Amino acid sequence: MSDSQPTSPPQPSAPSAACEPPPPEKQIHIRLCDLHKRFGPVVVFNGVSIDVFERECVVVLGPSGTGKSVLLKHIVGLMRPDSGAVYFRDQRVDTLDEQGLEPIRRRFGFLFQGGALFDSMTVYDNIAFPMREHGNFPESEVRDRVASKLAMVGLDGTQTKMPAELSGGMRKRVALARAIALDPEVVLYDEPTTGLDPIRSDIINELILKLNDELHVTSVVVTHDMASAFKVADRLVMLSDGKVIAEGKADDFRNSKNEEVRRFVEGRANPEELAALNRAKAP
Amino acid sequence: MNAVEKLGEKGSDSLDALGQYGNFVASILYWTFRGPGRFARQQLVRQMYEIGTLSVPVVMITGAFIGAVLAVETFPQFQQIGLEGRIGSVIIASVVKQIGPVLTAVMLAGRVGGALTAELGTMRVTEQIDAMRAMAADPIRSLAVPRFVACLIMMPFLTIFSDALGVFGGWFIAVRLGVDSHEFWMYSQQGIDNFTLFTGFIKSFFFGSAIASIACFKGFNAGSGAQGVGKACTEAFVASFIAILVMNFFLAMLLNSISQILWGSSGSILG
Repeated sequence: MSDSQPTSPPQPSAPSAACEPPPPEKQIHIRLCDLHKRFGPVVVFNGVSIDVFERECVVVLGPSGTGKSVLLKHIVGLMRPDSGAVYFRDQRVDTLDEQGLEPIRRRFGFLFQGGALFDSMTVYDNIAFPMREHGNFPESEVRDRVASKLAMVGLDGTQTKMPAELSGGMRKRVALARAIALDPEVVLYDEPTTGLDPIRSDIINELILKLNDELHVTSVVVTHDMASAFKVADRLVMLSDGKVIAEGKADDFRNSKNEEVRRFVEGRANPEELAALNRAKAP
Repeated sequence: MNAVEKLGEKGSDSLDALGQYGNFVASILYWTFRGPGRFARQQLVRQMYEIGTLSVPVVMITGAFIGAVLAVETFPQFQQIGLEGRIGSVIIASVVKQIGPVLTAVMLAGRVGGALTAELGTMRVTEQIDAMRAMAADPIRSLAVPRFVACLIMMPFLTIFSDALGVFGGWFIAVRLGVDSHEFWMYSQQGIDNFTLFTGFIKSFFFGSAIASIACFKGFNAGSGAQGVGKACTEAFVASFIAILVMNFFLAMLLNSISQILWGSSGSILG
């Protein structure tokens, strides 16, 4: 495990020149290389580099606001870095235009934090959407595939429901069914368990594991739910202050010497923040 | 930052937004002619119903009252010169060429433009537009094109409804003020020709395209949260309203020039 103590507030630096496409023999599915990104004065990435290997499940951890969701959006070109490079296999993604990105995006499934289901469409139409857009499937095959994907997430029979009629956990599962509608190579999960009770969270975790086993997908999961992270991760990466501050297996994180990592894993507040809280008097 | 720098920055931002809007419209036109896709085609009928059919009552009420007000306001002037029978030609020319298309467009900018911006803005805020892009579906093709085409198709029909009710409203009041019904219709017929009808019709196409493209553009670029969506709706209405008035002026100039070139006169309301 590579631990590095977070230092002073990050300043944008020049990107490294070594952003080469990953060599095929290393079986790197996604490479994020020396990413720099800022929104106005806020620096989100200050040299983030992560490799995701084929069929691996990488969990990206980090406190709220560290750019975890932004990281996922960079992978499929929904956002572009100020500098650095994003590769899907040996193809550079961040320099492609929207049309160039289409064939790459078809190989991804993206589970958004709130599900992002189209609220004017039924569950059936939501899941059928990518099939109708890209596959030349006859409607009978679309129907069968929708039923099969819904069965995978344990929701067959909900085809005629509208998203507003579903609970939070059901919406996430429908969104997951939509994300895997075209049998993607890679599934990106943005906070898949946020807002769910522990039992529903565990169902989602089991689904992620099931998809990894049955569909042999590569997964990138963004979360700050440690129980979920430890359950699904082959490898964990922690972001803080625009950098990767820790990377390793679940046990490496549990036994980390890095104070920030330990506090995050154990769910302990920063002593300085606690002291400030205690100094502030209640009205 | 001094005042000059602020002004420069604001000008630069406005030009940037105008460029983005130009690109957006170009993308809509590109996908409209290249083929909007299966999903967009399915959406088109629903959008035509929501934009067109549901707007019919409000547009008809607007048209009827415009005609009625025109009759009330112009009748005394015409009565003074003994030409009250010709009031129909004034009403029909005003309604069909100018007030009908413009007020129909303004009503639609409020009713439909606001709804389109709010719907698309909410889709943006809830990441539905990002989800569409992540599924390799162009949201302009899937969302903006059916709304644009629906507006383009329905706007002339709505204008016809508005014009018809405008003339009817004018006749209704004129007859109650003492104008002979036969005279009203006779002079109304004289006051209108095919080119006048065409003028209102062509304007409505332009107004429809402006309303839909501005509403969709503002929705796609709405800021975060309820406040961002609300602001986008307001901006969409204001921008559409200004666009309608400016386009109306230039289209009136252009169409009058064409009329002058073709027939040597832009027509007389007194027949």
